[in-house]
Amino acid sequence: MNDNNTPNDWLFEITPKNKFFSLNLKEVWQYRDLLLLFVKRDVITVYKQTVLGPLWYLIQPLFTSVTFTIIFNNVAGIDTGTVPPFLFNLAGITVWNYFTACLTGTSDTFKANAAIFGKVYFPRIITPLSVVISNLVKFGIQFLIFIGFYIFYYFQGANLGLNGLILFFPILIIIMGILGLGLGMLISAMVTKYRDFSHLIGFGIQLLMYLSAVMYPMSLIKDKLPGYGWLVEYNPLAYIIETARYMLLDVGEVSVLGLSYTLAVTIAVFFIGLLVFNKTEKSFIDTV
Amino acid sequence: MKKDIILKAENISKQYRLGQVGTGTLSHDINRWWHKIRGKENPYLKIGETNDRSTKGTSDYVWALQDINFEVERGEVLGIIGKNGAGKSTLLKILSKVTAPTAGSIKSRGRIASLLEVGTGFNGEMTGRENIFLNGAILGMTKKEIASKLDEIIEFSGCERYIDTPVKRYSSGMTVRLAFAVAAFLEPEILVIDEVLAVGDAEFQKKAIGKMQDISREGGRTVLFVSHNMAAVKSLCTRGIVLENGIVVFEGKIDDALEVYQNETFFVSKNEYIGNKLIKKAYLHSFNNTVKYKSNFQLDVFFESMNTIKNLVLGIVIKDLNEVELIGINNRHYQFDKKLAEDVDAGKISIFIKEINLFPGAYKIDLFLGDSTTDLEIVTDAIKFSISESFKYETLNGLNFKINKVFQENVKWEYSSLNN
Repeated sequence: MNDNNTPNDWLFEITPKNKFFSLNLKEVWQYRDLLLLFVKRDVITVYKQTVLGPLWYLIQPLFTSVTFTIIFNNVAGIDTGTVPPFLFNLAGITVWNYFTACLTGTSDTFKANAAIFGKVYFPRIITPLSVVISNLVKFGIQFLIFIGFYIFYYFQGANLGLNGLILFFPILIIIMGILGLGLGMLISAMVTKYRDFSHLIGFGIQLLMYLSAVMYPMSLIKDKLPGYGWLVEYNPLAYIIETARYMLLDVGEVSVLGLSYTLAVTIAVFFIGLLVFNKTEKSFIDTV
Repeated sequence: MKKDIILKAENISKQYRLGQVGTGTLSHDINRWWHKIRGKENPYLKIGETNDRSTKGTSDYVWALQDINFEVERGEVLGIIGKNGAGKSTLLKILSKVTAPTAGSIKSRGRIASLLEVGTGFNGEMTGRENIFLNGAILGMTKKEIASKLDEIIEFSGCERYIDTPVKRYSSGMTVRLAFAVAAFLEPEILVIDEVLAVGDAEFQKKAIGKMQDISREGGRTVLFVSHNMAAVKSLCTRGIVLENGIVVFEGKIDDALEVYQNETFFVSKNEYIGNKLIKKAYLHSFNNTVKYKSNFQLDVFFESMNTIKNLVLGIVIKDLNEVELIGINNRHYQFDKKLAEDVDAGKISIFIKEINLFPGAYKIDLFLGDSTTDLEIVTDAIKFSISESFKYETLNGLNFKINKVFQENVKWEYSSLNN
């Protein structure tokens, strides 16, 4: 071997294991066009060969809100204060939908993309990132509907007040996206080996919704179920949804402590997710 | 002469688990983790077997690749050939970073792009044009790069008429054409291609091979090419690697590689023979079962006998793959240790051949063990090995070794005119 006379200027090296933590941001940046194209693909292919097209984005939250209003407000009698129950539910559901879309979309990253991951290399993180971003588009469309109903109720004379904190609404959504991404990456890594998690996620999300103050104000659970209130209080999502409603409808409360806790959990989950995802991406194709 | 090595594989091994992954996975994981926290080696890495599909193994783990070493020079077109399951695709997957090796490393001086199975990443719902961008981006191109080559790509694919039609309406041949066209205009330093031409028609295959030749010759880019299409391999590649059951059985000129492959030699997995009669073991000192041309050849034979043998004779015959015997020697042809004239019952005999004169190619060794009158044991095809090129071979000025099996040294050619 002529090792001695070849300089050690290798561009890169393929080794059995990734370094403990290696998010190659430079590489992700190189593939930014791919990220955009994936987002484009996700957005335009959803409604190809459908008659209603992007309208499908609107139908689901509307019907869910109507159902929730009938069951939780009319039948069960949950009090939403001065805000019309339908708008209250629509706000919660719109925000919650973004989280579930991010979580379910990213949680089967490896499984759903096994064919393409098995053939060609690109930074795997591009795929979950594109899910989070393309869902942002979907969220935007759904949010427009919310605004539409907001204006409608406003002219109906409902007592609605915007809150100054609305300026921070985009940040809240980004935090939610990151939380969904982190959790999704964590689960997607585990699904490659143990399919049990993909069964778990389906009903797990449903259960989580009931613990996330989507269809009730946080104060209500503290009043009615003081023994189990902690379940909601330890759920970072509940704070996001409660705060989102505060910003949009000026109802409920904002807990600085709760939001700091949410932010800390989000950052922790994101980095753990990234770590596990990085570890998995190298050899998942053998186990998926 | 200094080589410009662009890619270097060092001891690449890949282990796979057989059977259903699922049952027992958790217990293996826990066991693995338990070994790890005690600072011990992964217990399942030790028990792998050679990957021979047709025989039933005892272990759940198998080595799809074992200790693969090779180097690729810049601008070279390297063909990787072997039967189904020889490990070709696994090797390419490791090279294209799709999966990581279990052990070993690959070092590269250039960007690697892979074209493995055409149409991956194509979205049926999107049009040809949209898919060119998507596929190009997946392969690592930027939008700008693709846009600048879009017309060329469409023209090369010959799908102009369908370019704004969803790809799901394409015929399989058209999909391949489009996908290949995208990849052909990629500009990585190293291009990895696996079996892509299988679907295209003859005209397109010819076009594609021509394009790949341009890539390597004019573009100075390196191509690693896997195919069962021997004609394509022959016309495209300059050097070849033959894989069998996860190990490199031959590395050298493409013509020789094809010869090794087409002779369908059943290379044993190791440069080692294990027997249960008199000859217990024979071992060839080699690198990947390959001895370099004009380098030293050493074979160790271990024997053990119930009865003592007087005047032991050990002979070896080296044959080519057509069973033509080229070298037939035994210890009595040479000065040998006098100890063998006495009664012996066990020991090791080593055979050294200084600067072995066999030409690059594949060979087999028969072993003969006997006393002065009869052969007590004959092992045919005990070891199979190949001789690879070395720099000494390059001085032979294109001597045809299909005719010459041995290089006759010290030959002098003299001309004298008869007119004077």
